Amino acid sequence: MASIQLAPFGGSLTRETLSVSHAEDQSSTRRDFLYYATGGVGAVVTGAAVWPLVNQMNPSADVQAASTMRVDVSGVQEGTQLTVLFLGKPVFIRRRTQDEIETARAVNMNDLVDTDSRNPNIAAGSDAHDENRSLTTPEGENTGEWLVMQGVCTHLGCVPLGDGAGEFGGWFCPCHGSHYDTAGRIRKGPAPQNLHIPNASFVDDTTILLG
Amino acid sequence: MSGIPHDHYEPKSNAEKWLHSRLPIMGLLYDTLMIPTPKNLNWMWIWGIVLVFCLVMQIVTGIILVMHYTPHVDLAFASVEHIMRNVNGGWAIRYIHQNGASLFFIAVYLHIFRGLYYGSYKAPREVTWIVGMLIYLLMMGTAFMGYVLPWGQMSFWGATVITGLFGAIPFVGEAIQTWLLGGPAVDNATLNRFLSLHYLLPFVILGLVIVHVWAFHTTGNNNPTGVDVRRASKKEAEADTLPFWPYFVIKDLFALAVVLVAFFAIVGFMPNYLGHPDNYIEANPLVTPAHIVPEWYFLPFYAILRAFDGEVWVVIAADFLTGGIVDAKFFGVLAMFGAIIVMALVPWLDTSSVRSGRYRPMFKPWFWVFVINFFVLMWAGAMPAEGIYPYIALIGSAYWFAYFLVILPLLGVLEKPTIPPSTIEEDFNAHYGNASVGTGPASAKIPAE
Repeated sequence: MASIQLAPFGGSLTRETLSVSHAEDQSSTRRDFLYYATGGVGAVVTGAAVWPLVNQMNPSADVQAASTMRVDVSGVQEGTQLTVLFLGKPVFIRRRTQDEIETARAVNMNDLVDTDSRNPNIAAGSDAHDENRSLTTPEGENTGEWLVMQGVCTHLGCVPLGDGAGEFGGWFCPCHGSHYDTAGRIRKGPAPQNLHIPNASFVDDTTILLG
Repeated sequence: MSGIPHDHYEPKSNAEKWLHSRLPIMGLLYDTLMIPTPKNLNWMWIWGIVLVFCLVMQIVTGIILVMHYTPHVDLAFASVEHIMRNVNGGWAIRYIHQNGASLFFIAVYLHIFRGLYYGSYKAPREVTWIVGMLIYLLMMGTAFMGYVLPWGQMSFWGATVITGLFGAIPFVGEAIQTWLLGGPAVDNATLNRFLSLHYLLPFVILGLVIVHVWAFHTTGNNNPTGVDVRRASKKEAEADTLPFWPYFVIKDLFALAVVLVAFFAIVGFMPNYLGHPDNYIEANPLVTPAHIVPEWYFLPFYAILRAFDGEVWVVIAADFLTGGIVDAKFFGVLAMFGAIIVMALVPWLDTSSVRSGRYRPMFKPWFWVFVINFFVLMWAGAMPAEGIYPYIALIGSAYWFAYFLVILPLLGVLEKPTIPPSTIEEDFNAHYGNASVGTGPASAKIPAE
């Protein structure tokens, strides 16, 4: 007899009996569990389905693969700059004059906007002294002769003009007027950081490895 | 749809009844087209139709252009020249699409200023306003990505600068920027996804336009007096309104024809006047143009972006208070997006109980300074970021924020408004004479059936 079996529920399944709180009811704990478990699985499955749709926009394998490059710098004369395209962005390789090196090394740290070296080739957090910006020569000395930097303004990514441009004789970004000194350090204008230095080292007398 | 009493669709023939009981689409179209519209709307109420026309024109010409365009860094620039030189009538289609973006923004700015002057954003039209602001944001995104597609120098460097804005976000900025670009710099992956999104977003805009129209059809149009249409009876409502078809359709089409004469004069005789010559040089990642400027319609916000450098005291304060998280670069980005956010919040910032600026003597001068300031910012944004220009941009930016955050909230308290007419009919008769004695349309029975 159906009516007898339903007696624990109050005789019949009316709207009223269903809306009564089942907080202390064993069977509703099971129902709650199933409710949250289904919801949880649904959320995970949705996330798993959406992630590939988002992740496809990240750099593809071929873009990631082009991450090192060798540059022959035998033709770079003192006082000139070689610009190469590396990872879609220009890299400045400047062979500085003695004058530029001395100017850069005479700068007081207090005059700098950004006192971080921005150089991943040395210890993190090194200050922005010129010695911490220039590249070690093939002989292992830091003469300051070679300065290798990403030619990307740290403001909004334009390519700064070189050859002594700007008020500090280094680089000048024409987009929003950032001035960099002869060590590529930001001195004036909206850019917040010194020009970044890429991973770089001499692999022989005339070849620089980028990346 | 609207709460204004009016005649609704009645299916007459058996075929109409058959369809109506299954899908009331004719009723939806009829009620939309016959919506009672305040009869005192002036010529500033034409820009909505111009905007709908622009959207359709851009979608149609855009679909055609994609048939001939190649989204690849080696071929994109050449394929645009192919459209200009080889495709039959391609030059006209492209020039219409290119200048159509400018017409779109001229119309949207006039439409927004109309809303700001006549208080169209005020209750109960806040949702219409917010949806409109979303459309405006999507328009900017769409226009920006469209400008990248010809792969000229301005395309490339504009994309570099604007995606660089996302790189300014603390902690996650660089990851987001790389994700947006699909690599370390603007490249082929970027071009491809921009075409995909440039094709998609106009249809999202189309959907939002329907929501926008739905929202103000629910509340009824605003009008130059800001006075509500009387709703007590159909007779009263009919004294304040005319049906959209045919009265306002004809008016809007006439205005559209006048606007299009000017538009096609520009397309025909000076199609590159609003463009930048550098975009006829193919993109080169090694050379930045001497002076990167966005399209004219972004200039006011570009000026705000550049106005806040590290020497402005609010930037120094923000940098200090956040422990360096909000630096000058991020502050500029926040200011640029903030300028649009404060505008979107204007329904809640304007405290005046009077809707229309026509009856607000103190509001008027501040509003017109706001309009002039918009053009000053536009001009400052086009100038190089040196000398006096950053200061002008800074003053203009300060006024933009002060207008929404200080002036509008205070005016509602300080101002003594004049008395608006009690009804729209009264305003109409004051301007155009009492039409009930003449032959004007106001007294004519609405040809609803």
